[in-house]
Amino acid sequence: MGNASSILTQYDIEDVQEHSHYLYTQEEIVALYERFCQLDRNSKGYITSDEFLSIPEFSLNPLSHRLVQMVDGLNFKDFVAFLSPFSAKATAQQKIELIFKVYDTDGKGKVTFKDILEVLSSLTGSFMTQEQREQVLSKLMKEAGYDKDSSLSLEDFIKILSTPSLKMEVEVPID
Amino acid sequence: MAGMESTSAEMDLDRPNLEEYLPSDSIHGSGSPKNLHLRDLLDISPTLTEAAGAIVDDSFTRCFKSNSPEPWNWNIYLFPLWCTGVVVRYGILFPLRLLTLLFGWIIFWAGFIPAHILLKGQEKLRRKIERKLVEMMCSFFVASWTGVVKYHGPRPSMRPHQVFVANHTSMIDFIILEQMTAFAVIMQKHPGWVGFIQKTILESVGCIWFNRTESKDREVVARKLREHVQGVDNNPLLIFPEGTCVNNQYTVMFKKGAFELGCAVCPIAIKYNKIFVDAFWNSKKQSFTMHLLRLMTSWAVVCDVWYLEPQYLQPGETAIEFAERVRDMIATRAGLKKVPWDGYLKYFRPSPKLTEKKQQIFAEDVLRRLEK
Repeated sequence: MGNASSILTQYDIEDVQEHSHYLYTQEEIVALYERFCQLDRNSKGYITSDEFLSIPEFSLNPLSHRLVQMVDGLNFKDFVAFLSPFSAKATAQQKIELIFKVYDTDGKGKVTFKDILEVLSSLTGSFMTQEQREQVLSKLMKEAGYDKDSSLSLEDFIKILSTPSLKMEVEVPID
Repeated sequence: MAGMESTSAEMDLDRPNLEEYLPSDSIHGSGSPKNLHLRDLLDISPTLTEAAGAIVDDSFTRCFKSNSPEPWNWNIYLFPLWCTGVVVRYGILFPLRLLTLLFGWIIFWAGFIPAHILLKGQEKLRRKIERKLVEMMCSFFVASWTGVVKYHGPRPSMRPHQVFVANHTSMIDFIILEQMTAFAVIMQKHPGWVGFIQKTILESVGCIWFNRTESKDREVVARKLREHVQGVDNNPLLIFPEGTCVNNQYTVMFKKGAFELGCAVCPIAIKYNKIFVDAFWNSKKQSFTMHLLRLMTSWAVVCDVWYLEPQYLQPGETAIEFAERVRDMIATRAGLKKVPWDGYLKYFRPSPKLTEKKQQIFAEDVLRRLEK
């Protein structure tokens, strides 16, 4: 796509659509492009962490620092691909894959006890001690049939998180 | 930006309960606590959804978006018409306006410099003349954009113990209000020719300077505000409590400084008609000079100014609640939407306390369900 300030052609839109598994309509992609250009201050073709963190609503999210590592420097195509699990059309599997990726920061395909503790620490801050977090996690993992030292794979995640109540949808506002 | 985190503590003071405005889904759904499962701990989908929602669209960035109007000149009949319009605007109107402005400046300086120097002894007379000259100069400015301003409501009178507050779209707000009444104003220090004008001309109507980036500045400014309001001879003080320019479709939160001076607060609502030109000055995207040039090459600047009824702090009301009440009046009058964000978030990060609030809710929920 090159420079973000260039106009989006039909070819570009279809390319992005394919890359994000056809989870967004063409209108939604155009709307996302407008948003991308709004966030990308000097039309560099990508958005920096600083520019993401200047969205107050995003900055105050407890997982903002983890997410910003995943979106930092993405071009528009990858930006839409990143957001695609939040489409209403995305399957539970696609959503859980994203959740898995947030836990598995080093991309080894396995989520360890330590990885989960780190995310839990971001979510609870100073309102739970490290001991409390370890205690809760060990207890719950044992109850679910997992050993403290075992690591969870994507299949485990799918097994645990696949409930009908898993809602992870963001609507793209179309002007 | 250096020093961003250290100054975020300052912003707590002006914030009402943001949680009332922001959607924070209770992490575990309905009110009655159920038993805790591994699933509940691992399911970060509500938090991720909030984050993605903010990436896709957020109410803060919307306040500073200049909505460019739909291009209407796209067919064979309208395009030549538009081209003629461009020729008229740039070739005829702009030079005429520039000349008007130049003429105005000459008259202004011809009156201001002598008055400033010769009448040094007679303060009252000098101030009166300088005030009139500033009002006149502002009228010239307004004429240079073919400004059509409709004022509604009683004109401000010069009395002590009152401040005027207005919503802020561009520095031209000040000029439009100043042509009717010589206000004293509180402004951010600017560089360049604007800074020069601030130092010389605006001194004569009475101005207070602040510097956004200096945290100690706040107390000094609060004291200056108080002193000004109590002075009998001072011009009525005009404050833009938003602290930054917003796109005239939304209002950001009012800073409470203007509302804790113990005097009457007179709200002014300003609404620009976008059909003619979008008067929003996005200071990050263009300099004030470019902004003025854009105004001078458009057809007209049309706006409505409403002087609303003076408000007083009610018993039992905090300064922040007072500020919100007045903001509500102005937003309703000018047809603006309210967002719960501090305008300074344009320059600084939000306070970590907001993140901590979310962490607290989650942690307490987990601990509570654990005990079951």
